[in-house]
Amino acid sequence: MSLTPDIVSERREVGLIRAIGLIFKKDILIEWRSKSRLTGMSCYAITLLMLFAFAVGPDPVMLQKHASAYVWMSVVTVSTLLLSQSFQNELESDALEGLLLVPVPPAAIYYGKALSNFVWILLLEIISLPFAVLLFQLDLTSEPLMFTAVFLLGAGGVAAPGTLYAGLTGRLAAQQLMLPVLLFPLLIPTVLSAVKATNLIITHDPFDQISAWFAVMCAFNAIYWTLCGVMFSKVVDE
Amino acid sequence: MEQLAIEAGDLSRRYGSRWSLARLNLEVKIGERFLIVGGNGSGKTTLLRLLSTALPRSGGSLSIFGVDPKENRHEVRSSLALLSHQSSIWEDLSGRENLEILGRLVGVDIDVGALLGKVKLEERPDPVRTYSAGMRKRLAFARLLIQRPRLALVDEPYGQLDPEGFDLVDSLIDELIDAGCTVVMASHLVERAAQKCDRALLLESGQERWLGASKDVPKAWRALHRGES
Repeated sequence: MSLTPDIVSERREVGLIRAIGLIFKKDILIEWRSKSRLTGMSCYAITLLMLFAFAVGPDPVMLQKHASAYVWMSVVTVSTLLLSQSFQNELESDALEGLLLVPVPPAAIYYGKALSNFVWILLLEIISLPFAVLLFQLDLTSEPLMFTAVFLLGAGGVAAPGTLYAGLTGRLAAQQLMLPVLLFPLLIPTVLSAVKATNLIITHDPFDQISAWFAVMCAFNAIYWTLCGVMFSKVVDE
Repeated sequence: MEQLAIEAGDLSRRYGSRWSLARLNLEVKIGERFLIVGGNGSGKTTLLRLLSTALPRSGGSLSIFGVDPKENRHEVRSSLALLSHQSSIWEDLSGRENLEILGRLVGVDIDVGALLGKVKLEERPDPVRTYSAGMRKRLAFARLLIQRPRLALVDEPYGQLDPEGFDLVDSLIDELIDAGCTVVMASHLVERAAQKCDRALLLESGQERWLGASKDVPKAWRALHRGES
């Protein structure tokens, strides 16, 4: 006799890609419900940009010279807070354990959450960008595609290792402190390349150096998105 | 030889230097209703979590339907469902959304309205965070039914429920049994739970104190509290 056959059908195998999509959609839905977090984070990013701009002073040359570093510093700082929250909905009521026992493959959980974090970091960048343009008197209209690519690769390079470390530190009492301590060293190559590439776009790349920084960002994205998925599966499953 | 749902030999679990479960030998037949009783900290939850693979064992052997979880964890997990103290639900989603997402992840089609009706849970659009403890327990039962387990591990099924909820749990357990599911439950409501089960295990300080027919467990439980051996 089958259990509740009229209510619940027989189980079918769920593929990895479908499971990733379901976790991604679930995370986006949960975050969308509590928009206050994104609103708060965006306000924080804008406040940081304002502080940096005021610290540099009104000189347009100085503002443009430092703009890329300050834009990425604010993105990374606020993204860390965003990432540290990303596992809270799974740890509350032990939903993560429930998912693993279903069993949902740990790789699906990781990639679903990493993609959702990628989207939120990208959204954070999009929201802060007009303020950065205004405060640092930037002109980004000459290379819109290049600029989009830098922001996409930057968001990916932060989201992939950030999701891994957010998962690892999720149960720690001092997570807010431990996450940046562990994560920032890993972000150096991505953030450095993003700062350099953004600066070259702002200064119209006089020596045609931008492709080298793009290569570094692409390489680290590929490494992080591959290795972090494997490492998350190992850590969570053990 | 009859295949067993659970076969554990010298099963042990240690937290630091403290043994939460020590050298437990256990055999549960397929389709059996098995009860675990014991005081607080006796190792009931640890045993259920070990059987569910939520916790790795520190020593001994374990097989679920003939498969060692260390060899093939995915297969073992696909065959069982755990109803734990924590409800394993997403607090910011509604009950319907929780069940719909879980159903898709498990790979089943669900009539969510009928399932909520089955666990006598009123459909509400607000997040589970606003539900009472009893409502969350009912939702956790619906979650267990979605997984269509061959082995249901149920920790304190009557906890947080009202008297009507007790009857609901009894009927759901009967339904699991009728469907051929093996049920292992831990409960403090010894007399009530004993009526639903075939055999029982009494744990004390992580060790087997008594094993026998469940109808005799209330007597063994009372003897333990009187300090008799």
